[in-house]
Amino acid sequence: MITKRIIPCLDVRDGRVVKGVNFLGLSDVSSPVELAQFYSENGADELVFYDITASAEGRALFTDILCETARKVFIPLTVGGGINTLADFDRVLKCGADKVSVNSGAIRNPMLIKEGAEKYGSQCVVLSVDIKRVDGVFCVFAKGGRENTGIEAISWIKRGVELGAGEIVVNSIDTDGVKGGFDIEMLDAVCEAVNVPVIASGGAGSREDFATLFETLPKIDAGLAASVFHFGQIKIPELKKYLADKGISMRL
Amino acid sequence: MIAIIDYGVGNLFSLGSSLAALGIDSVVTDDEAVIRNADKIILPGVGAFRDASEKLAERGFDKLLKELAARGKPIMGICLGMQLLFDESYEFGRYKGLGLIKGSVKPIADIIPADLKIPHIGWNGLIFPENKDKNEIFKYINEGDCVYFVHSYYATDCDDAVIANTSYGAPLTAAVASGNVYGCQFHPEKSGNVGLSIIKAFAEL
Repeated sequence: MITKRIIPCLDVRDGRVVKGVNFLGLSDVSSPVELAQFYSENGADELVFYDITASAEGRALFTDILCETARKVFIPLTVGGGINTLADFDRVLKCGADKVSVNSGAIRNPMLIKEGAEKYGSQCVVLSVDIKRVDGVFCVFAKGGRENTGIEAISWIKRGVELGAGEIVVNSIDTDGVKGGFDIEMLDAVCEAVNVPVIASGGAGSREDFATLFETLPKIDAGLAASVFHFGQIKIPELKKYLADKGISMRL
Repeated sequence: MIAIIDYGVGNLFSLGSSLAALGIDSVVTDDEAVIRNADKIILPGVGAFRDASEKLAERGFDKLLKELAARGKPIMGICLGMQLLFDESYEFGRYKGLGLIKGSVKPIADIIPADLKIPHIGWNGLIFPENKDKNEIFKYINEGDCVYFVHSYYATDCDDAVIANTSYGAPLTAAVASGNVYGCQFHPEKSGNVGLSIIKAFAEL
């Protein structure tokens, strides 16, 4: 049977991996290429590279790092950040990315999802959504979680899938960086709404949080996290063994 | 020298990189002379069957592959490249393939339970058929090892050629071999050390 995926996420700025807590207060962690190789050799099922650079120089540097990583790492690689046009899809796919994650660019221009899916296939288009509760409503936030778009999240995700998104990353701003567990309520709402793979992000603090995620929501396909992996609080091989012992299907 | 055929379908960066990482001499090429001179051929492919099949034919690669296969050159199709090796596909219609392996390509939706997601995407284990010896390309790996799949169609009516299945609500063809022609539905170039070991074994044939 297909295994549940464990995915480390590498936020990259100016060629270095960073991880914010609630999206603020970035701290440098390591070299993206080295970290990617480490994860690939230590049980990661997939990697997400997120480009949080704003400048053109930073973007070129990111593309170089991506190419270097794809020469050394042979597991699926998803790339996001600054994807606004089909030319951006092309730029990262040529460097060895397998999937392209769209977020703010798709909010500004939803047809980006459709065009990407038509040109590269739905399996290539990941819709990443930053969601926060506002007055009890799941709202889509843009620009790295800084701006409330006022769009209701579940309807946006459904529309994204209709336009051709082949996978959804749900990042709960409410639980991100808090390390108190994934946002089960939010993830459940998304899993009930769509029939494409859903990746949970935001809130992993312990291996028990991953067990709760997969046991409570059998439809979830993957758990994504950053700092708990980068700082070694959770070691992926141990996490996967722990989950497999609980009867959750894992690639060991 | 392994020739990776570039016919304008899909991303060949990772495939080339995986061979380079193994220290295997390879070239991504659309040059017939280079393909003819190569020891082995890899036929990649991502996207839709019809489009890929037309692009192969535009360059005359369909005839070339049939000729080289008949002359015994080892050929490996990957993902859509594997599907192209079959007689026909039912993806958005009915289209002829290269006919190098007997069988056809049909929607996964035909045989799996409705609650399972399509595409079949992620890591899944290899199951070797009980009535056959383990194929040479799996000499470095074991049954149960996981490889990375991304597909919505599967090869069927090809029992004789199946060298590995995977299980996704139903058995799905994971790899095939018929004489010197091989195919992997999964992506060995994205399947970590297990995938690299399969590429290595193919290169050593």
